[in-house]
Amino acid sequence: MKISDIKDLLDAEVVCGEENLDHNVFSACGSDMMSDVLAYVKDQAVLLTGLVNAQVIRTAEMMDMVCIVFVRSKKPTPEMIELARESGIVLMNTEKRMYEACGLLYKSGLVGNGVRHE
Amino acid sequence: MNESIRFTFNVDGSNFTTAGQASVQVKKNLRELGIPPEAIRRVSIAMYEGEINMVIHAHGGTAEVIVYEDKIVIVLSDRGPGIPNVELAMKEGYSTAPDNIRSLGFGAGMGLPNMKRYTDDMKIDTEIGVGTTITMTVNF
Ligand SMILES: Nc1ncnc2c1ncn2[C@@H]1O[C@H](COP(=O)(O)OP(=O)(O)OP(=O)(O)O)[C@@H](O)[C@H]1O
Ligand SMILES: [Mg+2]
Repeated sequence: MKISDIKDLLDAEVVCGEENLDHNVFSACGSDMMSDVLAYVKDQAVLLTGLVNAQVIRTAEMMDMVCIVFVRSKKPTPEMIELARESGIVLMNTEKRMYEACGLLYKSGLVGNGVRHE
Repeated sequence: MNESIRFTFNVDGSNFTTAGQASVQVKKNLRELGIPPEAIRRVSIAMYEGEINMVIHAHGGTAEVIVYEDKIVIVLSDRGPGIPNVELAMKEGYSTAPDNIRSLGFGAGMGLPNMKRYTDDMKIDTEIGVGTTITMTVNF
């Protein structure tokens, strides 16, 4: 699906990266623990999280992720937005909670697909 | 040709917000050098985990990345408390991080095992009260 589909499915508000909404993504992961996110690679393009700090952006950047969705209406700080802009990462936030947001995306075909690097 | 390129960084141990900056910069530098993307990702993740560890467990230190023709070596040195039991620290889920670190998204006890899995070689030199040096190699 496209990043714009995620926005629609989650009724989300785009904070930055509008220009990349056409980007295609195939899998996602949801976590508040960054080292858990870092443990699974394989084209995981989207990160859903309730955590709000600069490390979320850097973690996504290290993983070559292209979109971060903040659940429960969490708002990224200006510093985080700046970091995301530098790396071309789309930031958005949704009122939905983690479980529901992940479920909606999964149901629409955005799978987990995380593979451990061994 | 056996010339190597070297990047060195100071890692500020007093500021969690800036932790990881060196890894972001290394990722940019490696892209400019045209290193294969998969190798860049492995270096980035391993170094980032190590850099965060230096900040949350060891009051910061220095990071050095040396790029050879067919491998990248990352050396992370700190003057922190050292790791009393390396075998235990390497276990998935083992963490001494306090709750305030966990609320920042770290302290799952996954960092060191991740570093080991993403690199081809990892060596930990540590001494209680003196510090820790972690040397990791990624071949490409
Ligand atoms: N540079 C270091 N100096 C001193 N102790 C360290 C250092 N790096 C790791 N440790 C110790 O090893 C433990 C395990 O480290 P590891 O990176 O695997 O987990 P963590 O940092 O606690 O959590 P996570 O990496 O999942 O956020 C740490 O909790 C800490 O006790
Ligand atoms: Mg760690």
